[in-house]
Amino acid sequence: MTTLLTVVAFGTAFWLVVVGAYGILRSDDLVHAVVSLSVAQSGTYILLLAVGYQRDATIPILGAGGAGSTPIVDPVVQAMTLTDVVVSATVTALLLALTVQIAKRHGTVDPDALRELRG
Amino acid sequence: MSPRVRLVLFLLGAAGFLTTGVLAVLGAPPVGTDVHPYRDAAVAGALAHATANVVSTVNYDQRALDTLGEETILLASVTAAVALLRPADDERVDVPPPDVVRSRSPATRLAGWLLLPATLLVGLDVVLHGHLTPGGGFQGGVVLATAVHLLYLAGSFAALERLRPRRWAPVAEPVGALGFVGLGVAGSVAGVGFLGGVLPFGTLGDPLSSPTVILLNVAVGIGVGFGLVVLVAQFLRQEVLVR
Repeated sequence: MTTLLTVVAFGTAFWLVVVGAYGILRSDDLVHAVVSLSVAQSGTYILLLAVGYQRDATIPILGAGGAGSTPIVDPVVQAMTLTDVVVSATVTALLLALTVQIAKRHGTVDPDALRELRG
Repeated sequence: MSPRVRLVLFLLGAAGFLTTGVLAVLGAPPVGTDVHPYRDAAVAGALAHATANVVSTVNYDQRALDTLGEETILLASVTAAVALLRPADDERVDVPPPDVVRSRSPATRLAGWLLLPATLLVGLDVVLHGHLTPGGGFQGGVVLATAVHLLYLAGSFAALERLRPRRWAPVAEPVGALGFVGLGVAGSVAGVGFLGGVLPFGTLGDPLSSPTVILLNVAVGIGVGFGLVVLVAQFLRQEVLVR
């Protein structure tokens, strides 16, 4: 059972990273590429949360649900996941702003059509 | 680079990534075991500083310096996105369109106006209780910024432009980051180290326990809330006003 959980959790994490990278590779639209990057990043959330998971453990809030005797899941990786989500969201916003400018300047958001250098 | 070469390069990289990944997993403890040394250390630190939410004590006490870095990343990317979305010289900015409130259905408007105060309250609650329950400055800040944008869904773009604190929101966002640094320096001055808790920790589970975590959550909530308002405002203006 533990082996199955390990395979599913880590397998999902690695699969999301690879499939997100493949999405960027095959992308013919920069918005699609930005979303693919978010998919790849969500693999890291699964990885972090899987590392911190403990069977039958409760939430990392002390004093709730009788924590003290009940073990809690690892809060350190949850804090890292929170950081990860925030950074991912801000990077997405920045990349989408870049996409808006590229669409205005070049009239296309197809990365393969953006070959020329300007200026 | 031809698509075929690109695909071959990707497959090589993916194979390498998956191989190292499998090797790493084989050497790691399986998912769900009770071996969590970082958890044990973090819980001891949370108990010592009377912070019930252990995730918050990691983010705002034990590794608060990392959160300062995160807040700086947020500030930098909002600034960069706003700079990118400025109207260019060859573009013009329309005057805001007249109120188009009537184009929204009455049900949408009612739901929006009812949800606006409720969402503001939930956002404040999430920010101010981040040391006790799941939540904190990042999550609550996002909820607060969402509340402001209910004005656009329920009212109109003109209503949002009038009521949104656009003039001082770009100033308020760095104030959040500055507040974070200020609390850090206060720790240095008091001799407990940069971002160390200056104020007494209180008792675990008390609404006013771990006051430094509360203040840092408020600083982050201000930074995230106004940062998001500025960001969405810029995207919306680009869509509605810039021609």
